[in-house]
Amino acid sequence: MSLVSIQYSCFFYFLFFVIDSGISLKIMISRLIETIGNPFSSYIESLGRLIRFFLAGIRQIPVLPFQWNKILDQIGFIGAKSLFVILLTSMFTGMVLGLQGYYSLVTFGSEAALGSAVALSLIRELGPVLTAIMITARAGSAMAAEIGVMRMSEQIDALVTMQINPVRFIFSPRIVAALICFPLLTAFFDVVGIFGGFLSGSLLMGINETVYMDKVIQSVKMIDIWGGFIKSFVFALVVATICSYRGYFAHMNNQGQTGAKGVSLATTSAVVQSCIWILIFDYVITSFLV
Amino acid sequence: MTQPFIEFKNVYKRFGSLEVLKGVNLSIDKGTVTVVIGKSGSGKSVLLKHIVGLIQEDEGDVLIQGKSLNRLSSKQARQFKKNMSYMFQDNALFDFLTAFENIALPLTETTRMTAAQIRKKVHDRMARLSIEGIDDKYPSELSGGMRKRVAMARALVTDPELILFDEPTTGLDPIRKNDVHHLIREFQKQFGFTAVIVSHDIPDIFDLAQQIALLDEGKIVFKGTREEIMACEHETACAFIRGREVLYDRSKA
Repeated sequence: MSLVSIQYSCFFYFLFFVIDSGISLKIMISRLIETIGNPFSSYIESLGRLIRFFLAGIRQIPVLPFQWNKILDQIGFIGAKSLFVILLTSMFTGMVLGLQGYYSLVTFGSEAALGSAVALSLIRELGPVLTAIMITARAGSAMAAEIGVMRMSEQIDALVTMQINPVRFIFSPRIVAALICFPLLTAFFDVVGIFGGFLSGSLLMGINETVYMDKVIQSVKMIDIWGGFIKSFVFALVVATICSYRGYFAHMNNQGQTGAKGVSLATTSAVVQSCIWILIFDYVITSFLV
Repeated sequence: MTQPFIEFKNVYKRFGSLEVLKGVNLSIDKGTVTVVIGKSGSGKSVLLKHIVGLIQEDEGDVLIQGKSLNRLSSKQARQFKKNMSYMFQDNALFDFLTAFENIALPLTETTRMTAAQIRKKVHDRMARLSIEGIDDKYPSELSGGMRKRVAMARALVTDPELILFDEPTTGLDPIRKNDVHHLIREFQKQFGFTAVIVSHDIPDIFDLAQQIALLDEGKIVFKGTREEIMACEHETACAFIRGREVLYDRSKA
């Protein structure tokens, strides 16, 4: 029996089932469209709201008076408080790269290229991506939860009644702080990661220290560093926007949950969506840069 | 006949399948205190949020000095809202700001007053509400009564023409509750603002009110003065203020 005839049989069995069970085809089709259409239209609506939220936040950044104090607070929260976790992650990432790189390269007799492999992997890919994911986990989740609690406890409504633009008050300082912190933390990640590779590659596995550092210096070009920074700027916008947006609209989730449950859903979806979009944008930017 | 300051004209509001307001008609005159009473969940806060623009009516109209709130120009709407304060049921204080910063927020964010002017004004309101010396305390470090008074100070600090109080004395002991009532009365006399108060403090809150409105099943079923409601001539209102559920339900049947 050919594949086409199996398909036809299946279709007719389905059709007989539909007629037999008394459900009209028209209703079936309308239910099918409804099932597909509802989530799709709510997704489009949510995307539109996200874009409007993002543009409103960007538009408020240059509006006077500048919110220096709030920006500095956020730099402290997103940047300074994430520094330790970034340094720790980068050190071990570099050390693992050094070990894995050494065992892979030594089979081809090219272990001298370890410095290049570690530095380029970190600067082009791992540095921006892992930094963004670590900041999302530490600061992004807290951002979504904090704004979510503000929404649930009517603090955002209170801003509206006081004629204070809530998007400007809550979101704009976070975008600016993220744009400053992400590239800086990425730079820390790269430098400490290269040093981690040096520790495992040179001090543990015995690659010549000068060769390692020389390969790092030789292989890294300015375009690699700029590429990494472009990624970290984009990731800053992605993380700050998604995490703030999820918190801001914590009362408007698919499951109709409010209160603590609503905040928990907002935080979870902020972290998951930020991580997914970081990886998607990483691919898109890389495809333009290579 | 003078034009009312705020007027609800046949306002309907629905949340999903739940119809909360079913044709509310209510007029509020300038410089008066109107108390809205009603069962919990009857839509009193929803009514207040229509005035401030946090909720939009599905049908009907909310008029501000004869003009529809939805048809005010952005400048007029801004001007109206600038002269209005809202005291939330759960205070809505910012937990990342100190008591002083919370009270000062409307001034620091929306006016060009100097830091010294703001400090003077905030400390004046704090002194009047007997909450001096808590400038650096965060809301989480304050008692329920203190938080209430901080929220009230924030509502009063801009010298508004209209203040909406959403259950301003919930959770307060009788002494503090009477204090808050006294303060509202004193401030209202002093500044002449219009007040709309949603409250369950029956009958104490009636002492403040020039007008009492009972919201029931989505409609204003009684409007009158303290004397009228206490005379118990309106069956539903009488049953409500005496807290007789059976009689209250029967009176509506």
